[in-house]
Amino acid sequence: MDIQLTINDISLKVPEGMTILDAARTVDIDIPTLCYLKLNEMHYNNNIASCRVCMVEVEGRRNLASSCSTPVASGMVVKTDSLRAIQARRTMVELLLSDHPKSCLTCAKNMDCELRSLAAELGVRAIGYEGVESEFEIDHSSFSIVRDPNKCIRCRRCETMCNDVQTVGVYSAVGRGFETVVKTAFDLPLSKTACTFCGQCIAVCPTGALTELDQVDKVWKALNDPNQFVVVQTAPAVRVALGEGFGLEPGTIVTGKMVAALRRLGFDRVFDTDFAADLTIMEEATELVHRIQHGGRLPLLTSCCPAWVKFFEHQFPDLLDIPSTCKSPHEMLGVLIKSYYAKTLGIDPKTITVVSVMPCVAKKYEAARPELAQSGEIADVDIVISTRELARMIREASIHFDHLKDQEFDHPLGESTGAAVIFGATGGVLEAALRTAYEVLTGETLEKVEFEALRGMNGIKEAVIPIAGRDYRIAVIHGLGNARTVLEKIQAGEINYDVIEIMACPGGCIGGGGQPYHHGNMEIVAARADAIYREDRAKPLRKSHQNLAILGLYKDYLGEPYGKKAHQLLHTSYTGRKKI
Amino acid sequence: MKLENTDALNALKAQSLKLIETRRVADSVSTKNAQGLVRHVMVCGGPGCHSSGSPRIAELLEEELERLGLSEQVKVFQPGCFGFCEKGPMIEIHPDNATYCEVSAEDVPTIVEEHFIQGNQVERLLYMDPNTRERFSTNLPFYDGQLRIALRNVGYIAPENILEYIAADGYQALAKVLFRMTPLEVIDVLKESGLRGRGGAGFPTGTKWEFTRRSQADQRYIICNADEGDPGAFMDRSVLEGDPHSVLEAMLIAGAAIGASEGFIYVRAEYPAAIHRLQVAIAQAREYGLLGTAILGSDLNFDIQLKYGAGAFVCGEETALIHSIEGTRGEPSVKPPFPAQKGLWGKPTCVNNVETLANIPPIILKGAEWFSSIGTEKSKGTKVFALAGKVNNVGLVEVPMGTTLRKIIFDIGGGIKQHKTFKAAQTGGPSGGCIPTKYLDTPIDYESLTAIGSMMGSGGLIVLDEEDCMVNIAKFFQEFTMDESCGRCTACRVGTKRLHEILTKITEGTGTLEDLDKMEKLCHIIKDTALCGLGQSAPNPILSTLKYFRDEYIAHIVDKTCPAGVCKSLLRYEITDKCVGCTLCVKKCPMNCITGSLKKIHVIDQERCLKCGACMEQCRVIGAINHH
Amino acid sequence: MCDTASTNEFAQKLDDYIDSLPFKKENLIGILHYAQEIYGYLPDNVQWHIAQKLDIPSAKVYGVVSFYSFFTMIPRGEHVVNVCMGTACFVRGGDKLKDELENQLKIKAGETTPDNLFTLETLRCVGACGLAPVMIVDGKVHGRMHEAQEINEVLAKYRPES
Ligand SMILES: Cc1cc2nc3c(=O)[nH]c(=O)nc-3n(C[C@H](O)[C@H](O)[C@H](O)COP(=O)(O)O)c2cc1C
Ligand code: SF4
Ligand code: SF4
Ligand code: SF4
Ligand code: SF4
Ligand code: SF4
Ligand code: SF4
Ligand code: SF4
Ligand code: SF4
Ligand code: FES
Ligand code: FES
Ligand code: FES
Repeated sequence: MDIQLTINDISLKVPEGMTILDAARTVDIDIPTLCYLKLNEMHYNNNIASCRVCMVEVEGRRNLASSCSTPVASGMVVKTDSLRAIQARRTMVELLLSDHPKSCLTCAKNMDCELRSLAAELGVRAIGYEGVESEFEIDHSSFSIVRDPNKCIRCRRCETMCNDVQTVGVYSAVGRGFETVVKTAFDLPLSKTACTFCGQCIAVCPTGALTELDQVDKVWKALNDPNQFVVVQTAPAVRVALGEGFGLEPGTIVTGKMVAALRRLGFDRVFDTDFAADLTIMEEATELVHRIQHGGRLPLLTSCCPAWVKFFEHQFPDLLDIPSTCKSPHEMLGVLIKSYYAKTLGIDPKTITVVSVMPCVAKKYEAARPELAQSGEIADVDIVISTRELARMIREASIHFDHLKDQEFDHPLGESTGAAVIFGATGGVLEAALRTAYEVLTGETLEKVEFEALRGMNGIKEAVIPIAGRDYRIAVIHGLGNARTVLEKIQAGEINYDVIEIMACPGGCIGGGGQPYHHGNMEIVAARADAIYREDRAKPLRKSHQNLAILGLYKDYLGEPYGKKAHQLLHTSYTGRKKI
Repeated sequence: MKLENTDALNALKAQSLKLIETRRVADSVSTKNAQGLVRHVMVCGGPGCHSSGSPRIAELLEEELERLGLSEQVKVFQPGCFGFCEKGPMIEIHPDNATYCEVSAEDVPTIVEEHFIQGNQVERLLYMDPNTRERFSTNLPFYDGQLRIALRNVGYIAPENILEYIAADGYQALAKVLFRMTPLEVIDVLKESGLRGRGGAGFPTGTKWEFTRRSQADQRYIICNADEGDPGAFMDRSVLEGDPHSVLEAMLIAGAAIGASEGFIYVRAEYPAAIHRLQVAIAQAREYGLLGTAILGSDLNFDIQLKYGAGAFVCGEETALIHSIEGTRGEPSVKPPFPAQKGLWGKPTCVNNVETLANIPPIILKGAEWFSSIGTEKSKGTKVFALAGKVNNVGLVEVPMGTTLRKIIFDIGGGIKQHKTFKAAQTGGPSGGCIPTKYLDTPIDYESLTAIGSMMGSGGLIVLDEEDCMVNIAKFFQEFTMDESCGRCTACRVGTKRLHEILTKITEGTGTLEDLDKMEKLCHIIKDTALCGLGQSAPNPILSTLKYFRDEYIAHIVDKTCPAGVCKSLLRYEITDKCVGCTLCVKKCPMNCITGSLKKIHVIDQERCLKCGACMEQCRVIGAINHH
Repeated sequence: MCDTASTNEFAQKLDDYIDSLPFKKENLIGILHYAQEIYGYLPDNVQWHIAQKLDIPSAKVYGVVSFYSFFTMIPRGEHVVNVCMGTACFVRGGDKLKDELENQLKIKAGETTPDNLFTLETLRCVGACGLAPVMIVDGKVHGRMHEAQEINEVLAKYRPES
């Protein structure tokens, strides 16, 4: 049933149940919002109407209405631009700012801050109200996330993300009245909670209250240290998002420019995590076959997402034996750089600094896990920076990014196939694995390498793929809440699979917590996925086992896939943790 | 013993009538004539009297009567509040209709001896009009002009005995609804009666029931809002403690009319006595089959659960209350959807206030016309006010809508304490406003109160006199709403804090006239933008005092004085020439800032004075120290 | 403070209570009331335990506990002194009563005396407005508390004889 109403003298008809905000958007009237955020693809809806910025005047109503949460009604007459509404909106921002540090100039969110832009758009020229400001301790405890509750505007977007989508439940509004703020249980530092460091709360936080732990200076320091051999590697999802940091269209592939920029920054080698993705396929596929042949426990769960790993360590400590023991690709590459490659070069691994550029903030935490280091002291990866941090480094170094000429990754750890690049999107790991498994198990050539059923933004995708006379039941999951649903069903014995790919972030790493901010526009994430698949199509080789450098690596150094040496270097173990 | 049908209920009623027969004797029977009748001594067990020792009095009475072998002829009861709390502990004796005030444990032997043995009234315990010094044994002026509908049984029946409630027509309205009315007829009667919600908003109850009934669902819920958050109101508590079954009966009626089989009473944890009474009442009602399945043999199934608040005023707001029942933070959510559409666990839910519910059984029994003949055009029936503050007769007052403030404060309330001058009446609690003298003759109902910038609210009525500083009163309420804000929305979370800060500045003498404008502007914007009723009404106390007492604000800001002599920072303690130089004050001054020698006029060093008032207290007899 | 034996006993009682409820998550507030009754307050580990038992995030439990002023996360003293800060008491000197209590107990509202004897708190209207201003000690209402001397006498009743 359509509802007839008038907004700013424009008459329109919209479906019943629509909010004033959405109705206005159908006629190109954009009412400013702050707390409201809806990400349909992820079933994320933060509609708590707390900021009171989106106020509009509705004829016949005593007070103003919050357009984000007020449904249209028949015959409604709405004014979004009346003086009363504009003044109210501006006052809300002023009130927020009156309890907010005025430190935009030095704030990590600065150019991405929705509060700051709002103040600019609404023409806030003075903060009319002053008074006591909240004082909270800044939480620097984790390796991934910095929480500065002083900059929190109580929009609760993070709370909704962590509770409703990720089902980790780290945050809640705490306290009452002016003291209310979003916090962790018992004010514990994040490092003591069950936080997975997926960074999705950072991705939706409109202000500088949640940001990644900045490691840029550590990278500068290493680069400027003459005694360090600094190697960088980049994850597949970075090349399709980094351009956004320089105003390029979302979905622009900037692999060549990125490599060029990294060389300019002074890295001694520019390698590709994609190499290790191909390697992961070799290991994981062999592990699967091994489990099937030896009656091991199924399903095999992928383990390349550290947020997902930490999630099951806390939430499903009784299932620690089902994830693959494979390290995540950048850790594999890190350890190879410090063993195999160090040996090739003939240098002491202690003089090598490995920097990973990741779409991810969980990988910062992962790099610090003690078991991911050789003999407990030489970390596989030394520093992890996010796509956002790399973009900033490039700007800091005065590099004119879009004028750079494309360059190639270094050999041999820069070689990769199309199978590796699709790791960056949800479904990619399994698709890559299938390309290899099919050919290895059947001995035939796989003609159609695209597994469409595994692609797209559906939270839980399932397929049954027959290979060499056996039906492989597989599932692809992104978002930790979806993972929980499936794992609980498995625990209850309701369903089972042979192998499941799980990524913590929406859309997989392309939607990672370290990527340029999407500000709620999920089309940006979709454009990155497109770019990932374009990159795959453009590759001459599209199956991991065709990667000659990988084959060489096994031949020269590792021996068998899933063999002894591979185990020692490329596999890891998990620890059961408490739910906090 | 389950009541299987109406006949069983009526039979039980007939049997139980003797329990309260004595109290039903209409007119005062003289003490002498009443001899031979079983007497009922009603010792008020309301919150006020209870606090000042009424349980002990009841106990002693029983012991004394027992000792004298009078237990059979005289029975002692502890019903709910009589209303006249100021004069508590109160005792009423039936059928003699004698009322004793300010009774103490020591009076017990005298009462027993004089009243029950000698048959004389204890003159000195009778109420005395402070002006005419006339004594009243019955028909106290306090009750003149009052009409008890919601409070009809409070103070009249023993609340822990369901039989007394049944004797007093209890559950008759339910029987009528179940067997002689359709649900729609019930809703029509409510609509025609004009009953409006007594919880604050004044929404027509029948219409709310109709909305809830119309929402399609497999389950609906009835919630009784017994959160009574207004600081200074205790009528809901009195109903719960004094007549809990009337609330249960009304909820059952609502269940039948709306189509709900489950009800919840959300009661403040701060009201343990009320909780206890409700528990007892629910247990008894279950025992008699008045809660449970096939009630009175009808097809109504209905049960009630108690849910406890935990100290959050905002949980009186219906959506917050629902969230609290669901086990989460009691934060309100945007309406629509209204609870009637989507309430508890997403199901249509009807939330009604205690006093609203208490009105319903009589309306069903006596009809819409009877009820709508009481009150004003748009506000029907009566309203209970918790009269308190600087008024002589603090207590619970139930008057027809349209009664003037003057009547409530000066006739029923007996005027201002210590013959001071009336300054304002604060109604509606933290959401309301202050009404100045010029509106004393306004007939009060929902509309008229709103028109003069206040609110009916839940019925708190606080009387203020010349010694109350209106800026300070505004600050008091602002502090309340600031503390009680749920913290969800910007307007209220930050806004009330900023308002409070500006008021603090003003009371400390550092406010400016710009602050005044800024505050007024912010008040209007908060009203416009806050998410729920708490924030939307939080500025009312400021706006109404600004409207009627702006001069007091100006005095604080421009003249740096507090005309009522309340705001500490603006006080100046000064020693006048009445000083006899006794040096008493010098010894008490914590700052040692009073100088002067024996028999000489003393002086206060204003720079160092803390304004603690200790000196003035010392000099009370001589009265040489003033503050202004 | 409570020894381990009674702590275990408390935990058992709490578990039994939770197990007896047909609905658990929905009864969080009731459960917290119950837990506070046995433990006297709601320390982090009790909140955490309830969270595990009800399978809700402990942050949510903490969010609820910190929302309602009835719940306390620090142990109260032996006697809880409440001052009514309802309107009727306020206009009849409730704030002066509070000042005087703070003065006599040498603590601020919300605090507990160092000897753990008294905790001073405020609440709003106990329905004894006729006796304003009132203070409530361990649930017992004391009315018309104007004079420092009277206040002192009331407190003295709760002090151990020395
Ligand atoms: C901040 C706030 C506090 C409230 N407190 C109470 C209360 O303590 N008791 C009550 O019955 N209604 C209270 N209300 C009103 C309720 O939201 C609701 O309107 C009422 O319970 C409905 O019942 P009624 O229609 O019978 O009045 C409050 C409203 C607000 C906004
Ligand atoms: S969070 Fe935004 S508004 Fe706040 S300091 Fe940072 S940039 Fe400025
Ligand atoms: S925006 Fe304004 S305040 Fe900020 S740096 Fe520029 S001039 Fe300074
Ligand atoms: S990083 Fe992920 S798990 Fe951790 S708090 Fe944020 S959303 Fe929750
Ligand atoms: S931390 Fe960020 S997302 Fe979370 S409530 Fe605060 S401002 Fe919103
Ligand atoms: S999905 Fe990718 S970006 Fe997100 S946490 Fe996992 S590894 Fe990091
Ligand atoms: S107005 Fe106040 S109480 Fe109501 S939702 Fe907003 S912050 Fe909470
Ligand atoms: S107590 Fe009064 S009379 Fe005595 S010295 Fe002080 S001011 Fe003078
Ligand atoms: S008010 Fe207090 S500080 Fe000031 S002079 Fe009197 S006793 Fe001394
Ligand atoms: S965007 Fe509507 S209230 Fe925040
Ligand atoms: S409490 Fe006894 S008359 Fe009110
Ligand atoms: S305001 Fe203190 S008892 Fe009512």
